[in-house]
Amino acid sequence: MGKGKPVEMKKSFVMLLTLVFALALAACGNNSSNGSDNASSASPSASESSSASPSDSAGGEKLSGNVLAVGSTALQPLAQAVADKFMAEDQYKGISVQVQPGGSGTGLSQVSDGQANIGNSDIFAEEKLDADKAKELVDHKVAVVAMAAVANKAVGVDNLTKQQLVDIFTGKITNWKDVGGADQKIVIVNRPASSGTRATFEKYALGTKTEDLQGSIQEDSSGTVKKLVKETPGAIGYLALSYLDDSITALKYDGVEPTADNVKTNKYPVWAYEHMYTKGEPTPEVKAFLDYILSDAVQSGVVVEQGFVPVSEMQVERDAAGNVTNK
Amino acid sequence: MNLPATDIRTAPAEKAPKRQRHIAEEFRGKFYVYFCVLLMIVIIFSIVYFIASRGLAPFIANGVSVKEMLFGLKWNPEGDPAAFGALPFLFGSFATSLLAAVIAAPLGFCASVFMTEIMPKFGKTLLQPAIELLAGIPSVVYGFVGLSVIVPFLRDTFPGQGIGILAGALVLSVMILPTITTIATDALRSLPSGLKEGSYALGATRWQTISRIILPTTLPSLLTGVVLGIARAFGEALAVQMVIGNAPHIPHSLFESATTLTSIITLEMGNTTSGSLHNNALWSLALILLLMTFVFVFVVRVLERRVKR
Repeated sequence: MGKGKPVEMKKSFVMLLTLVFALALAACGNNSSNGSDNASSASPSASESSSASPSDSAGGEKLSGNVLAVGSTALQPLAQAVADKFMAEDQYKGISVQVQPGGSGTGLSQVSDGQANIGNSDIFAEEKLDADKAKELVDHKVAVVAMAAVANKAVGVDNLTKQQLVDIFTGKITNWKDVGGADQKIVIVNRPASSGTRATFEKYALGTKTEDLQGSIQEDSSGTVKKLVKETPGAIGYLALSYLDDSITALKYDGVEPTADNVKTNKYPVWAYEHMYTKGEPTPEVKAFLDYILSDAVQSGVVVEQGFVPVSEMQVERDAAGNVTNK
Repeated sequence: MNLPATDIRTAPAEKAPKRQRHIAEEFRGKFYVYFCVLLMIVIIFSIVYFIASRGLAPFIANGVSVKEMLFGLKWNPEGDPAAFGALPFLFGSFATSLLAAVIAAPLGFCASVFMTEIMPKFGKTLLQPAIELLAGIPSVVYGFVGLSVIVPFLRDTFPGQGIGILAGALVLSVMILPTITTIATDALRSLPSGLKEGSYALGATRWQTISRIILPTTLPSLLTGVVLGIARAFGEALAVQMVIGNAPHIPHSLFESATTLTSIITLEMGNTTSGSLHNNALWSLALILLLMTFVFVFVVRVLERRVKR
């Protein structure tokens, strides 16, 4: 009997653990929908007292709730940095912003299905989703990302024309000496065919879709691409401006240097918007976050620090079809 | 006479609550076990159902032929016309995991023979924990080590860019070493000592005993370990993806960019929208992976039956 008690206690403890685990599992299934429920159910009470602009809400009732942003891995570091800053601000203490990577496609489908409040995407929703689904989403362009073709330092080339780039990425040119460089076989370090970064590069730098060539390398993460381009002789790839440094050669495009200033005037055309999509008009918490990321302090602060170009400083505007208009 | 009588009379009164407690305990135990088993079964079946429902959609709803998926050479789900040939991925998966097993199996067997027959004490206290430690290292660490050490080494020593099937197989062989070694060691330890002693008594040397008695008798168990290792290698995604290059083509050499089922799924899943044909085609690849796992499990069961005989 003396022994019996601790054993029984242990048993019931194990049972309790299992039960908790099972409940947690069951709760997991609902979690994502809960998140958006919270967000939407909080809206009526909050929207009355606080109008959406961040400065107004400071004095009034404090917003609270959860904001879940899912999607683009390219936008993720910026979104995370802004979210951390946002949650540290006094007036937004009640709002918890979570940023998850997963890719543009995941972001768009999750916001479209209502599982996430914000869908981060490198590309316009119209390019990925069905037209009727894309119509329900509201686009918030939060930053501009520019990409540069980069090459290994030893190739001896620092400028490529559009046609040369196309020939390289379609496999017509296979040696650097054909574009005026060293006698070195070209190794393509590409992104996966479905990636938003690759879609941007193909659309604005090459102007054509390309297929994966035999022997080419496909990597999803910018860090890995940079490492491979840096170390592999004859490698060419493309990276966002924030990843450029002295260890690799950033190639000029038709003689234009890939700099933020050239991007703002569209002189350097290989850039894309970073989108934060919401389904319908955003709820007050989500709107507070979006307004925050678009505020001047953040745009000229964190956005620039993270290597993006502030969307407000763009002198041109581009629509989903690629038509550029002056602002 | 009186004493036993009172005993009989008082015993049921004392036993009744005890029995009730036993019944309750029995019920609780039963409920607990049944609940856990049921939960497990539900989880397994829902996973299989989920993967199958998504993975079969391209064949049923979109008219993609199974033959094209299994034997087609071109993978371009968003192209026009779309192509769904997954043979390069199947080839890459089999090539990397089989090659990894070929590299790791001799190492694992030798390590387990060393640990059980040659230096049991050193093996048990130092070598075995060290090898088991390998199982606890996260796969991204393996991938990064592969990318930083193995790939540059292969690039400098062999023609090509260093990435490719051999790099993937080398990384995987280290990852599956603990599986193969642990199972082999258990098999060797459970061998009846009479078998060994009989061999020694007949004048066989240690090496003769190991190579002619111990290894042949434990072969089915050793192979079980190898098959489980292959299954683990087959399902490994991240580490392989970092070093294999991911070009959707069958490579011409071991040092040319190739891809596996798992790496194409991890690369493209996030970039496709759920419900799209491209996304569902990736689920079909996941279904193929699942079916392959079933095959591996089946092979292990067959091998186990041979052990029992």
